[in-house]
Amino acid sequence: MKVQQLSILEIADKLTKNGLVIQVGVFSYSIQTKYSSIAESISILYADFEILNNEDAFIDFHVSIEPANIISKFIHRKAQFLSDGFPLFNPLPFQHAPAIIEWGMNWCVSSQINTHLIIHAAVIEKSGYAAILPAPPGSGKSTLTAALIQEGWRLLSDELTIIDVENGRVAPFPRPVSLKNQSIDIIKKRYPSVVFGPLSIDTTKGTVCHIKPPLFSVHQQLLGCPVGWVIFPKYKQGKNAEITEISKGQTLMDVADNSFNYSRLGSTGFDVLRKVIDGADCYQFHYSNLDDAIVIFETLEPPE
Amino acid sequence: MKLIQPILVSVLNRDQPIADLTLSQWDLLVRQARKSMLLAKLYYFIEDEFDLTKIPERVLRHLQSARVHSTKQYTDLLWEVKHLEKVAKQLGYPLVLLKGSAYAMTGLSAAKGRIFSDIDLMVDKKNINRTEKQLMINGWVTSNTDAYDQLYYRKWMHEIPPIHHLIRGSVLDVHHNIIPETARNSPDAVLLIAESRALPEHDLINVLSPQDMVIHSATHLFYDGELEHGLRDLVDLDALIRSNQEMESFEENLLFRANELGLHRPVFYALRYTYLILHTPVSENILQNSQLGAPHKYLLLLMDFLFLRALMPDHLSCNDRWTGLSRWLLYIRSHWIRMPVYLLIPHLLRKSFLRLSGKARH
Repeated sequence: MKVQQLSILEIADKLTKNGLVIQVGVFSYSIQTKYSSIAESISILYADFEILNNEDAFIDFHVSIEPANIISKFIHRKAQFLSDGFPLFNPLPFQHAPAIIEWGMNWCVSSQINTHLIIHAAVIEKSGYAAILPAPPGSGKSTLTAALIQEGWRLLSDELTIIDVENGRVAPFPRPVSLKNQSIDIIKKRYPSVVFGPLSIDTTKGTVCHIKPPLFSVHQQLLGCPVGWVIFPKYKQGKNAEITEISKGQTLMDVADNSFNYSRLGSTGFDVLRKVIDGADCYQFHYSNLDDAIVIFETLEPPE
Repeated sequence: MKLIQPILVSVLNRDQPIADLTLSQWDLLVRQARKSMLLAKLYYFIEDEFDLTKIPERVLRHLQSARVHSTKQYTDLLWEVKHLEKVAKQLGYPLVLLKGSAYAMTGLSAAKGRIFSDIDLMVDKKNINRTEKQLMINGWVTSNTDAYDQLYYRKWMHEIPPIHHLIRGSVLDVHHNIIPETARNSPDAVLLIAESRALPEHDLINVLSPQDMVIHSATHLFYDGELEHGLRDLVDLDALIRSNQEMESFEENLLFRANELGLHRPVFYALRYTYLILHTPVSENILQNSQLGAPHKYLLLLMDFLFLRALMPDHLSCNDRWTGLSRWLLYIRSHWIRMPVYLLIPHLLRKSFLRLSGKARH
């Protein structure tokens, strides 16, 4: 059964009782909360995801969002993310609950999973190869990703690139794409059919809104693929789109820098990353305009 | 009142065969183990007692992830010990590793999959200032700049405030005893250091004798108030006792030494609760002889009530209505043991104030 087969009230009912269990990529989550804003955002953003039975099941991550404490409940009205009952971040305004749960769900994977190399990067797929886009916040990575997945690329993940250390393939994790500030309007105007979740205003990252992952990406969420390209995007106002090859050595260092568990994995991390980068074409990419970016990505050829 | 045994405990004490676990039992097992810092331990336990290839793949992923983390800690520890060896040579006397780092460097099975956050070491009290200075020259500086904490540690505690390395970030707890000297039965630390042994292939890096390791672990667990990871410490004790079983007259020496140090009470508790909770194999004889350290029978009833709850995994699924109160009472007890009342009351008041005002969690 899929999330969209349930009414928002049925979703809220599961969330407040034993938890709503969904399969996202190779992981399963049980989500519990009383906040109706989360029932709303899940009904929109996760409509195409499969609901799992939570009787006699092994669930990877048990997460919940609750009022932070009795004072917060009535006065500050702050919400707290809990991983299996354990509070993680400082409490945040309850209006941000839909954003907090997205961040928390990422945290579960990036801090607890070491069977995969986990990189802070968007990753998309075309003709059987993945393009990894590692970049610090503000580089336009998510905006670029949101546009490219409307232009024939498959969304593998917007935040976390998950590489199986056994075979160097990317495991999809097609969560909603997070857009910030002006990017929200840019994408809304450009692609009117894109579905947006609730808006979280004035978070630590500014205004945040998530967009629903394309149906096709969700259908293929268990289908991994090898890495074809590593591309460091950088949004630079007024600059012509330009893609330049960079050295593999530098790429390895920069990707390792953007990884959550590279050093935790020790030599395994180095071995898998070296293998991945050996097989990929590595570029730096500057752009100021999405049309140019789409054209350049269109011309990328899979590595020989 | 019958206590329900958490699934993690049933697996570790072998009451519950691993082959028969249902998926929802696996789910709870992994959650309880993660919360108790025993997930990597569980990996090695299943490897030794069962077969990792026969467990559900989804479960294995979490155990392997935890194992990777513990391996990384071990590699980091080897590197830190290399640096500590340099400091010890400059000082000209040994640094005695304690707890997790000692188990790992000795190659004890207690170290397999054990997660620890700091490196604990001990030196003679008369050398504590010199040691701190030399560590500072080598890059370790104090992590805590609160004047009250600094004074409190230095005046009353058995250790200086934690120090961390400026570049590598490693955290050291430098002790001169295993419990505060204000405690009623604080042992003579010189005796512990005198019996410590050099690690082969390391200059001036020592570990406690096998008996003293058990006594220290027991004292730490049963006199320290932080019981959130109590089960992890109990599992340490279980492994330490098991791995010394082959040694001739280990049990007699353990009791003899505990008496000599004035720490027969925590050793009694250690033997009692490892046996009751983890079914640690010890002889009837030693259980009988350790009774010398037992408290009055009514006090023991109370202690059973408290410890049999407080030593369970700190997970929602393992709490009954008394668990929170038990941990709290044991926390108060630990301070009661460690400090005279005229010191204790102002200290606890200050801590409660900080906790209420949201400035500290403990």
